[in-house]
Amino acid sequence: MSTPHSSSTSSAPHRASPPQIPESLTLAATASSGSPSSSSASGMRDAAEDDSDSPPSQMSEDDPGGGGGGGDRWEPDLRGGNGGTGRWAPPDQVLENVLESVLEFLTAARDRNAASLVCRSWYRAEAQTRRELFIGNCYAVSPRRAVERFGGLRSVVLKGKPRFADFSLVPYGWGAYVSPWVAALGPAYPRLERICLKRMTISDDDLDLVAKSFPLFRELSLVCCDGFSTAGLATIAGRCRHLRVLDLIEDYVEDEEDELVDWISRFPESNTSLESLVFDCVSVPFNFEALEALVARSPALRRLRVNHHVSVEQLRRLMARAPQLTHFGTGAFRSEAAPGGGLSVTELATSFAASRSLVCLSGFRDVNPEYLPAIYPVCAKLTSLNFSFASLTAEELKPVIRNCINLRTFWVLDTVGDEGLRAVADTCSDLRELRVFPLDASEDSEGSVSDVGLQAISEGCPKLESILYFCQRMTNAAVIAMSKNCPDLVVFRLCIMGRHRPDRITGDPMDDGFGAIVMNCKKLTRLSVSGLLTDKAFAYIGKYGKLIKTLSVAFAGNSDMSLQYIFEGCTKLQKLEVRDSPFSDKGLLSGMNYFYNMRFLWMNSCRLTMRGCKDVAQQMQNLVVEVIKDHSDDEGEAEIVDKLYLYRSLAGPRNDAPPFVTLL
Amino acid sequence: MEIDADNLSATELRLGLPGTSSSSDGVTRKPSPSVGAKRALDDTRSETSGTSPAAGADDDHDAAAAPATKAQVVGWPPVRAYRKNTFQAAAAAAKRKAEQQGGLYVKVSMDGAPYLRKVDLRMYKGYRELREALDALFTNSVSAAAAAEGGGDHQHALAYEDKDGDLMLVGDVPWDMFISSCKKLRIMKGSEAR
Repeated sequence: MSTPHSSSTSSAPHRASPPQIPESLTLAATASSGSPSSSSASGMRDAAEDDSDSPPSQMSEDDPGGGGGGGDRWEPDLRGGNGGTGRWAPPDQVLENVLESVLEFLTAARDRNAASLVCRSWYRAEAQTRRELFIGNCYAVSPRRAVERFGGLRSVVLKGKPRFADFSLVPYGWGAYVSPWVAALGPAYPRLERICLKRMTISDDDLDLVAKSFPLFRELSLVCCDGFSTAGLATIAGRCRHLRVLDLIEDYVEDEEDELVDWISRFPESNTSLESLVFDCVSVPFNFEALEALVARSPALRRLRVNHHVSVEQLRRLMARAPQLTHFGTGAFRSEAAPGGGLSVTELATSFAASRSLVCLSGFRDVNPEYLPAIYPVCAKLTSLNFSFASLTAEELKPVIRNCINLRTFWVLDTVGDEGLRAVADTCSDLRELRVFPLDASEDSEGSVSDVGLQAISEGCPKLESILYFCQRMTNAAVIAMSKNCPDLVVFRLCIMGRHRPDRITGDPMDDGFGAIVMNCKKLTRLSVSGLLTDKAFAYIGKYGKLIKTLSVAFAGNSDMSLQYIFEGCTKLQKLEVRDSPFSDKGLLSGMNYFYNMRFLWMNSCRLTMRGCKDVAQQMQNLVVEVIKDHSDDEGEAEIVDKLYLYRSLAGPRNDAPPFVTLL
Repeated sequence: MEIDADNLSATELRLGLPGTSSSSDGVTRKPSPSVGAKRALDDTRSETSGTSPAAGADDDHDAAAAPATKAQVVGWPPVRAYRKNTFQAAAAAAKRKAEQQGGLYVKVSMDGAPYLRKVDLRMYKGYRELREALDALFTNSVSAAAAAEGGGDHQHALAYEDKDGDLMLVGDVPWDMFISSCKKLRIMKGSEAR
């Protein structure tokens, strides 16, 4: 926990170092902060709002040299409850004003949560100065409570459905509606600038309310959301005159082709403040001329990702209008003309050569490989390349990747095979993040990459921090090699697509491989396991996975001991997702003492019964226990529970649950 | 038991026997009923839930029971729907392109014309080109019919027979959908079409 440190007597502001506080005030601070913190109890409960995913804090003690978030100059801000007449106010009021000024500099949620626990006065000061609110589970706290606590929010981040909703495991209509939030935030924070949502449902009416409620609105980011259409986008474009960021990432946009709205034309006709426009998931055709004109009058635009209705000829026009782009999503990357005609590769290459600031390329949704050489001029500067929608062979990839010497992030399809991955390993020694997706995402697919590719990557990319790897064939040896060659791994997600597959050479379970990962990768916080796994794997995970926050388990383990190992061993566990594993009520109950320290537990298709779930619900009053059914049969206590979702909450059972959700 | 159930389901009449899957929810993949399941299996249940205790045994059992008809489990492998849908669309487009190597010839009949013609639907990009081509093919018959009518109604309606044998008006559905379902074309005299 960071505290204002007593400083030298100098009160002159320093640049790029934590702000100095005059000594007299720090002494006063320590004097009055001795009062018992009765708010610590509520503060502990408020840990439900804790941002466990936050980036490392900027001012905590283990981050040397981190500057404050408030900029270079420290200006005493004597606003506050007293209206600026601090000199005549009682000492604790002065203190609160000063505290607020100081706390302005804390940006990371973890630091703020810690500061709010010190005492009531710090709690209040922190609540007034927090600018960004992160809520990892929208049902963990009610909008009313958030609005009551925080006085001056500028930015709200909300996450809704559990992650397994991405894989069709959460029935339609389950919840995570943003409406009550928008309704509460609107009157409370007229100066709100930013809303980021993940896995929530936001309707066109909600978008309309956002546009109406927040005249200074600057940034809308929707990831894996649904419920809205181009009509809603038109409202945002048209009414949010200060919009800087409109990022639509993997949303499901409801549109019938005959009801399309030309939302791109709705942006202000004068120069806009747009910095980022990402709409590759809006898969319907759009008005290209309007986009070209918009780009031309958006001098601050740095990130543009278009959908697949854009040809290379049109890309050229866009690049001519926006040579300052840093992030570019290229749409389909093919010509609109018949084969043999259309833009030449050389002409396209000239356009790329002129885009001197490009560091990130994506798109390539229906790529014509003949056009790939056009990106050679920018490859050496690229730090991020996303080919994960481009069905390329190793031969098509090699000449491109050979130039990408500074690549840090690379997403690709498994069509490039082990050979393609070897080429990546040969060139991209600085690689930090790799994701290899399957073209054919089915269990019986051939699978084009294997342990060979993984081994090659581990040898060529020692700085790797994050990997997601889909394959059909894997060996413990390759996984062990990666654990040793890539000690900086923070995220390790291996998906052997065929269920219960053992080591392809030895026939052993994959226990030792994953065991080595948790043993050797000391920074690991996120792990997804697959393949044939016994309880032994989870014994390793519990014993060594002390920093693991997110764990995904599927078709693994042989008894309840696995769950027990996890709960007892992984002390930092926040999110546990389990599917199709032989865990029963006994395993569930072994976690009783740990559920409140977690954000949520999801279990589907295991061996849980209503009896077990009810036991948990009865003993833990501050958890919400949801049982989601596919069938309406009610067989009572012995009934096998198909889907269990339990989470800590200050708000109690929600009132918007659909009929197929039972709140215990 | 799982083996028997599999064979049973392959031969049974679909009269909604309890414990077996119904096809009413539109499951396109072949489902395998789980042993002892009391409820109808729908496509949101995973194949392995409620079956034998050990995960390892499950695998052997599954492999032995239904090698060719292994049901796809919902949400596995864990690839987002967004990504899957993107590739489905692309795969469908690629398939259509592959099919485009062959022609799609359909008969065209015109009321009053002595013989029929055949056209390759793949040669045309849309309805306008098709109409123009048909006009060109049948101009003689048109003028002949007009002369016979004695200056009557020259309007012709273009209709087609679809997969189900129904007579449909050309132009209602997107072109791609049309060429995949059109079996025969028929140019009808204006008076008949009204």
